Amino acid sequence: GMVSVSMGRKKPCVFCTRCTLTHEYPEYVKMIEVGPRDGLQNEKEMVPTRVKIQLINMLSETGLPVIEATSFVSSKWVPQMADHTEVLQAIHRSSHARYPVLTPNMHGFQDAVAAGATEVAVFGSASETFSQKNINCSIDDSMLKFEEVICTAKQQQIPVRGYVSCALGCPYEGPIEPTKVAEVVKRLYELGCYEVSLGDTIGVGTPGSMAKMLHYVMEEVPSSALAVHCHDTYGQALANILTALQMGICAVDSSVAGLGGCPYAQGASGNVSTEDVLYMLHGMGIKTGVDLSKVIEAGDFICKALNRKTNSKVAQARSKSS
Amino acid sequence: LATCTWKALPQRVKIVEVGPRDGLQNEKTLVPTEVKIHLIDMLSEAGLPVIEATSFVSPEWVPQMADQVEVMKGINRRPGVSYPVLTPNLKGFQAAVKAGAAEVAIFGAASELFSKKNINCSVDESLQRFEEVTKAAKEAGVRVRGYVSCVLGCPYEGQVSPDKVAQVAKRLYSMGCYEISLGDTIGVGTPGGMAELLEAVSREVPVDALAVHCHDTYGQALANILIALQMGISVVDSSVAGLGGCPYAQGASGNVATEDVVYMLHGLGIQTGVDLPKLMDAGAFICRSLNRKTSSKVAQATCKL
Repeated sequence: GMVSVSMGRKKPCVFCTRCTLTHEYPEYVKMIEVGPRDGLQNEKEMVPTRVKIQLINMLSETGLPVIEATSFVSSKWVPQMADHTEVLQAIHRSSHARYPVLTPNMHGFQDAVAAGATEVAVFGSASETFSQKNINCSIDDSMLKFEEVICTAKQQQIPVRGYVSCALGCPYEGPIEPTKVAEVVKRLYELGCYEVSLGDTIGVGTPGSMAKMLHYVMEEVPSSALAVHCHDTYGQALANILTALQMGICAVDSSVAGLGGCPYAQGASGNVSTEDVLYMLHGMGIKTGVDLSKVIEAGDFICKALNRKTNSKVAQARSKSS
Repeated sequence: LATCTWKALPQRVKIVEVGPRDGLQNEKTLVPTEVKIHLIDMLSEAGLPVIEATSFVSPEWVPQMADQVEVMKGINRRPGVSYPVLTPNLKGFQAAVKAGAAEVAIFGAASELFSKKNINCSVDESLQRFEEVTKAAKEAGVRVRGYVSCVLGCPYEGQVSPDKVAQVAKRLYSMGCYEISLGDTIGVGTPGGMAELLEAVSREVPVDALAVHCHDTYGQALANILIALQMGISVVDSSVAGLGGCPYAQGASGNVATEDVVYMLHGLGIQTGVDLPKLMDAGAFICRSLNRKTSSKVAQATCKL
């Protein structure tokens, strides 16, 4: 049935029964480009280091403010990211962009800093089962690890971004309670993450579940410290992103060319395409500072290198227009 | 920047399935009559309340729809389900009624250039032609649905004024169309433009009589549909498996996939009467017959689990 959420002193939401509300969209949305890390990590083809570097350099040219460059996980687990040090050291770092890298634990963090990282990211989950299966420990234990990283990062003035996966559903547990999501987000925020990205890991969310989850999370953490990371596995990403914008979120994760399939539904799509998000935002008059045609170029480049077709509808349309 | 007053979402949305007509018309492969009939029957079984069955245009122009009479006579009409057919003029209307049509559809454009290129006459001339159809339809007790294409952009003219769309919609409504479907023909629309458009059109035509027909060429369809719902629209056109590419951007996608729309609506708690697994069966069937992959993300995701 319809979502009905007890809101306390909060403004009622359009997705609840019978309400009217005047909304304004953000004037500016910060785009967080995850293609080189999240995208490539989930591509089957091993990508040569120089290709990764060129991709990141091309993305820097587009005006993207945040580009997730690589991941300091053990190369045993994620061979695609084995060249993390080389990549981080070889990329041209634009003055208007930041290049966070994933650091699952202290070991990874130390390697990242040694390689010159100036921003890191930690990856939690709202689902116990997913946490166990993905990083081999409970949510609580993962928080202990992250606490170590975040404390050390703080001392070195290195900002930390947090991710919460399974925010709208888990491949193992199914639906996830929004209160649980809020709890995990709050923990990461209070530990010291400057921003927490809410991941719809399997793309099952729809505007109603997105709105509901955001209500609960925003009771604990301000919207200015939140981002959404929507997967397009069921085609819902742009609608979900639009919903998030209507609720005051102004930071969006996406992946050039929609790189990165869904590991839980083989052959299905994963990350939402940066090009398609930009098309929507720019069409709405929302600023991003990003040049869409240059993103399309970067997408063309990486798709050729991967010998795959783009997942971006905008890229498909633009390349085929008569 | 767009600022809008949001209404509560509708409790029920009527889905108008255009796959068998709009979808197949824009597929290169010629589809055998029995396949068309079976597709429509499967869609009826899936619970869709409106299924656009075929088009009474001259087979010279649209060979895919040459078997229009056979299809109309061959389908299993489910009680309570409507099977509108396109009728570009009086001649087509008469043939449609003869073949048993109880509802017809007429296709106007908000762009002069598009009208000229698509149906060889000005918007005004086309509306005059349609008036003949709506008159005859009234006398015959046949319902008429109106379409306006290029509502958010035209492949030739570029930008289209919402007021022009409102004028055309108003004329179609005044001449007797019970519902006007607003088509983003090249899929260039975004939520801000959609909201602006609906504000303009709903000043001339009651929002209950409006539908949206979004194309997913730039991936914007579901976002545009969501905004439309928030503005009071409760009728959505879509095409099973996202059949029907975009004739203006070869290889690009066209119609939004019914499966993806239904997934969103059901996720929102909105009733549609549609059985999603049965709908996906219909999509799988037609894709096999056409030897093509589905354009529906829901279908792609689900079949691999």
